[in-house]
Amino acid sequence: MIEVRNGRTILTTPVSESDLARLRIGDVFYLDGELATGRDSVHERTVYEGKDLPVDIRDKVLMHAGPIVKQKEDGGWEMISIGPTTSMRMEKYEYDFVKATGVRVIVGKGGMGPSTAAACRDFGAIHCVMPAGNAVVGAVCTEEILGGHWLDLGMPEAVWHCRVRELGPLIVTIDTSGRNYFEEKKTEYDRIRREQTELISKQVHFTK
Amino acid sequence: MSHLATAGKMTGIMAAFISYTAKNLPDDVLARLEALRSQETEPLAVEIYSLMFRNLQLARELDRPICQDTGYMQFWIRCGSSFPLIGELEGLLTEAVRIATAETPLRYNVVETFDEVNTGTNTGTGAPTFWWDIIPGWDGCEIYTYPAGGGCSLPGHAMVLMPGQGYEAVVDFVLERMTSYGLNACPPLLVGVGIGTSVETAALNAKHALMRPVGSCSENERVAKLEQLLEDGINAIGFGPQGLGGRHSVMGVNVVNTARHPADLGVAVSVSCWCHRRGRITFDSDLNYTVSTHSGFDMGGSK
Ligand code: SF4
Repeated sequence: MIEVRNGRTILTTPVSESDLARLRIGDVFYLDGELATGRDSVHERTVYEGKDLPVDIRDKVLMHAGPIVKQKEDGGWEMISIGPTTSMRMEKYEYDFVKATGVRVIVGKGGMGPSTAAACRDFGAIHCVMPAGNAVVGAVCTEEILGGHWLDLGMPEAVWHCRVRELGPLIVTIDTSGRNYFEEKKTEYDRIRREQTELISKQVHFTK
Repeated sequence: MSHLATAGKMTGIMAAFISYTAKNLPDDVLARLEALRSQETEPLAVEIYSLMFRNLQLARELDRPICQDTGYMQFWIRCGSSFPLIGELEGLLTEAVRIATAETPLRYNVVETFDEVNTGTNTGTGAPTFWWDIIPGWDGCEIYTYPAGGGCSLPGHAMVLMPGQGYEAVVDFVLERMTSYGLNACPPLLVGVGIGTSVETAALNAKHALMRPVGSCSENERVAKLEQLLEDGINAIGFGPQGLGGRHSVMGVNVVNTARHPADLGVAVSVSCWCHRRGRITFDSDLNYTVSTHSGFDMGGSK
């Protein structure tokens, strides 16, 4: 479901392809509902070793994140801090991962490449970024940790199943049409970089 | 106090300092981020700065690490040759990391290579990192603490250029790294550039450059000029906070240089993210300490 609440665009799980049709690259939204964390090892297990993800994230959210969690006295878990990790590391797995899990929204950090963009287009998903380093905000937005799985991978690599409220701001970086915000920006950044390199180079001829 | 007791005391101070610096940014970094925020005009970038400052405030209030990636601890030790605990330093700093990891808590970020297992203590083979300078005759000790984040260590790069390529090639080397990797390393960045004779000297100079205060400039006029040119150039690229676009992409560029072989021009770049958690603490021989980076750190033992 997608709605506007107190001036904020809120996306709530379960998410359908038509909910996502309104979100284009550069748009900002907040997330309500269920997500599972997963980074390198989780992708390795699901994609290369063919294991089923222990949490059903069809029409839900994957977050590239390795949180800090604390076990409570009653055996439950408390979120201490959670923020996104570099998404590009998961690029090589993501097409197959989206295909296998039916995940709709991927939250991470920085851009992803052409295979993820293809997955977003083919299966109706999006990639977005949460500005990284803001892990306490992330923890405060986590209402509950519903479960911890694959704990043998270690705390950051395990699958943490969470319920979040108004997690964000999230910025859409790949939309369901496959447009890629960072790729488009990069072309512009690279052009200016070359101009600047030339400009600065003229002023640093120190070698004799 | 016995030798053992003083070592225990210093361990406690260092554990508290490591923990504090995971939760509170240094004064110079905070001041620069505030300045960049006030000059920002892109609405998305303004929103990102608001989030960053809300997060910093929550970290203080809830007493938690600012970022979930609490880094891989690295220490640059500038130790007087007569400092009483010179022989115990590596051991006690390693113990301080273990304590801070459990008490803060810090995330486990040390993985043994080849065996590929996380040690769960933030210590391991060669971890934490120690770089030593011995200061002859001094009885004090200065320690820079730096939790190297995963994302911001990724852009690190070093190579040896042919001198004929000149400092022009240095500029190309640094700027290329910014658009290929820098924008994913949580800008606004502090960029450390090292110039030396080989990859090792250049790389260590680049790390030392990151320990220099934000806004400081090199005493060498040409180096200072290069710092300013690189800073303006990277800002002009416009990748801004989180690489999503904005007026400032960097908090600054610091260059540290040492001499080179006539046939080599070593260059390295090492970056830190906006969450630049470096600390500097200086002890005298009685373990009175001063902290130049974090005015808020005080556990009753400072002078
Ligand atoms: S680059 Fe820095 S702010 Fe970003 S996730 Fe890593 S440690 Fe945190």
